[in-house]
Amino acid sequence: MSSQFLDDRRRAVNRTVARTLVVLAAMCLFSVALVPLYDVFCEVTGLNGKTSSQAQSLSAESADQSRLVTMQFITRASKGLPWSLSAETRQLRLHPGQSAEVHFTFRNLGDRAYVARAVPSVSPSEASLHLRKLACFCFENQRLAAGERFEAPLVFQLTRDLPEDVKTVTLVYTLYEQRVSLSRSRASQQPGGET
Amino acid sequence: MASHLPPGSSAQSHQLETAGTVSDTHYAGPKGLMRWLLTTNHKEIGTLYLLFSLSMFFIGGLFAMVVRAELFQPGLQLIQPEFFNQMTTMHGLIMVFGAVMPAFVGLANWMIPLQIGAPDMALPRLNNFSFWLLPVAFTMLLATLFMPGGAPNFGWTFYAPLSTTYAPPSTTFFIFSLHMAGISSILGAINIIATILNLRTPGMRMMDMPLFVWTWLITAFLLIAVMPVLAGVITMMLLDIHFGTSFFNAAGGGDPVLFQHLFWFFGHPEVYIMILPAFGIVSVILPTFARKPLFGYASMVYATAAIAILSFLVWAHHMFVVGLPLAAELFFMYSTMLISVPTGVKVFNWITTLFRGSLTFEPPMLFALAFVVLFTIGGFSGLMLAISPADFQYHDTYFVVAHFHYVLVPGAVFAIMAAVYYWLPKWTGHYPHLRLSQWHFWLSVIGVNLTFFPMHFAGLAGMPRRIPDYALQFADFNMVTSIGGFLFGLSQLLFVLVVVLCIRGGNKAPAKAWEGAEDLEWTVASPAPLHTFETPPDFTPHRH
Repeated sequence: MSSQFLDDRRRAVNRTVARTLVVLAAMCLFSVALVPLYDVFCEVTGLNGKTSSQAQSLSAESADQSRLVTMQFITRASKGLPWSLSAETRQLRLHPGQSAEVHFTFRNLGDRAYVARAVPSVSPSEASLHLRKLACFCFENQRLAAGERFEAPLVFQLTRDLPEDVKTVTLVYTLYEQRVSLSRSRASQQPGGET
Repeated sequence: MASHLPPGSSAQSHQLETAGTVSDTHYAGPKGLMRWLLTTNHKEIGTLYLLFSLSMFFIGGLFAMVVRAELFQPGLQLIQPEFFNQMTTMHGLIMVFGAVMPAFVGLANWMIPLQIGAPDMALPRLNNFSFWLLPVAFTMLLATLFMPGGAPNFGWTFYAPLSTTYAPPSTTFFIFSLHMAGISSILGAINIIATILNLRTPGMRMMDMPLFVWTWLITAFLLIAVMPVLAGVITMMLLDIHFGTSFFNAAGGGDPVLFQHLFWFFGHPEVYIMILPAFGIVSVILPTFARKPLFGYASMVYATAAIAILSFLVWAHHMFVVGLPLAAELFFMYSTMLISVPTGVKVFNWITTLFRGSLTFEPPMLFALAFVVLFTIGGFSGLMLAISPADFQYHDTYFVVAHFHYVLVPGAVFAIMAAVYYWLPKWTGHYPHLRLSQWHFWLSVIGVNLTFFPMHFAGLAGMPRRIPDYALQFADFNMVTSIGGFLFGLSQLLFVLVVVLCIRGGNKAPAKAWEGAEDLEWTVASPAPLHTFETPPDFTPHRH
C-alpha cells in the first residue's frame, strides 16, 4: 500500500472532520437561537398565550354589538406561597371592542412579608393578541406584609378583530413568589421591582 | 448440532479466507486492564461498547422489574411512589442512552470497517475517548440513586418545571452525565461519518455499501444535528436551576412549553437514531437467510433518508395536548402520517425479499423476522397516536407505553440481538448454541408480547402511565403484563449464557459463517483477527 494512498486518505478524513465540526457548531448556535426565535414567533402569533407586559392604549373602536364574548378569570397561588388572589367576578360577558374593569384582591395569609407577581396566561392562545390591557397589577411585583390585603384593578379591552370562533376567553393569573426581589427588599425594605 | 452449519461452506471458506488480507496478530501493547483502557482497535472498542450496553441493559431491566413488581397488583406493596418515579425515570434513561444507543455504536465499531474494507475507524484515539466517557457518565447517573433526595424522578423526558423548580438536588449530576453521554455520541458520529465517507475500499461506491453502513451514516448525521439541541436544553435547565435564569420558569417570564418544543425537536430524531441502524441490520440479515439479494436496495436508502429528514418536522405530535393551534395540530398530524410512507416502503421491501426465497430459520433470522412483524405492530399503534383528536384520549396512557415499547424492545432490541447472533461467529469463531438460542428467542417473543400487548388495552381503557397505583379494573391486565415482564427479564439470562458459551467454545465457524452472506466481513477469518484489511481488499459489486 503506497504512502501516497494513506496520505490522501488522511487528508480526506481531516476534511470530512472539519466539515462535520462546522455542522456541529452551526447546530449548537441554532439550538441557542431557538429560544429567541421561539419568543419572537410567539409574540407575533400569540401562541404561548402571553399578554403584553406593558400597559397598552385603548383601541378606539365601537363595540361589536352583534356578538358577546365570555371573559373568565381564574386565579391561583403557586406551591409554597401563602397568598390568595381573587377576582370580584369570575366571569363577565362583553362585546368585542368594549372595555371593562375588574378588581382583584391580593391577600397575604402567611406570617411574613413576601414579594410575588401574578403571571397571566390567556387561553385560547389566539385570543392573547386581541386582549389589550390598559392597566394591570401584573405589570409589576407586589410586596405584602403578613396579613396585608391589597386591591388592584385590571382594565382591559377585547378588540373587534377577535376571531369569530372564539366564544370564551380565559385569563389565568398564577401567583409566583419573586425570591430574588425579596432577599434584596429585606435588606433595603424596598421591593426590587425589576420586570 | 452440526445441522445448522451451512452445507459446503468450509471448502468455500478456505478459498475466501485468502481474499481479505489477514495480518499476524502478535500483540505487543500493554496487557490486562491497561490494554482495554488504551486500546484504539475498532474491534476491541466495539466489544467494550457491546459489553457496556449489555450491563446497562440488565441494570435498566432490573429497574423495570421493580416497576413491574410494584404494578403486579393494585395498591402500594413494595416501594413508595417517590422511589417508583425514580425507577421509571432511570429505567428510561438507562435503556435509551446506556443500552440501545451504545449497542448500535458497538456494532458500528465492529462491523463498519469490516463491511467497507477499512483497516480501522478513521479516528481510533477519539474512538477510545468516546467509549470511556460512557462508563463515567453512567456511573454518575447511577450514583444519583444514593444521593439525598434520590435519583431523577421526573420521567425520561425530564419536562420542566418538574426537572427544574421541583427537581431533586441530584438533577445537576443527571445533567452532567447526559452532557457526557451526548459528547460521546457526537464524537462517535463524527468518527463513523469520517470512516464511511473516506475509508471505503477502492471500487466500493456509496450505493454498493451494505445497508447497515448506509443506515448508520444517516443516523450519524442525525446525531450531529440533534445532540447539540439536547446539550442546549439541559444547559438551559442547569442555568435555570443554579443561575437564576428563567428559560422554562413562568414566574420569571419563561415558558415551560418551550422546554417541550426543544426536547422533542431533539427527541423525535432521537427515536429514529434508535431504530434506523436496526433497519440496516434487518436489511442485511433477511437477504442472507432468504438467499436472495435485498429487494429495492436503492429505495431502502432513499426511504431511510426520507425518514431522517421527516423526523425534524414532526416533533409536536408528542405535544398535541399542550394547546397547539388547530393549524399546528393538523400540520403535525399529517407530517407524522407521511412518515408511514417510507416506513411502508421498507416493510414492503423486507417482505418482498422473503418472497420465494430459500428461507432457513437460524437464530438471527428468527429475531429479524420477529422484528418485521412486531415492529410493524408498533408502527401501527404509532399511526393511531398520530391522529391528533384520538391522541387527546391516548395521551399519557399505557397505550403510549405499549407503542414505544413495541418499537424499542421487539424493534431496536431484537434487531441488536439478531445482529449479535448474526455476527457472533465472526467475533468468536464459534456458532452460538443452537438449542439455547432458540429457547432464548421463543421465550423472548412470548415474554415481549405478554408484557406489552395487554398495555394497549389498559391504555385504551384509560390507565395513566407513570403512576404506582391503579384502579381495580386494570388489575388483570397488569398482572399479565408483570408475568410477561418477569419472563422476558429472566429469559435474557439465557442470552448471556449463549454469549458466554459462544466465547468459550462451540461449533467452529468458517470465514463465511452463513451460506447466503455476501458482504466483505465474511471474507476474513472467523474469529476476525485483531487487524484486518491493512491493504484494501478487492471489491466487485455483487448485487443490488
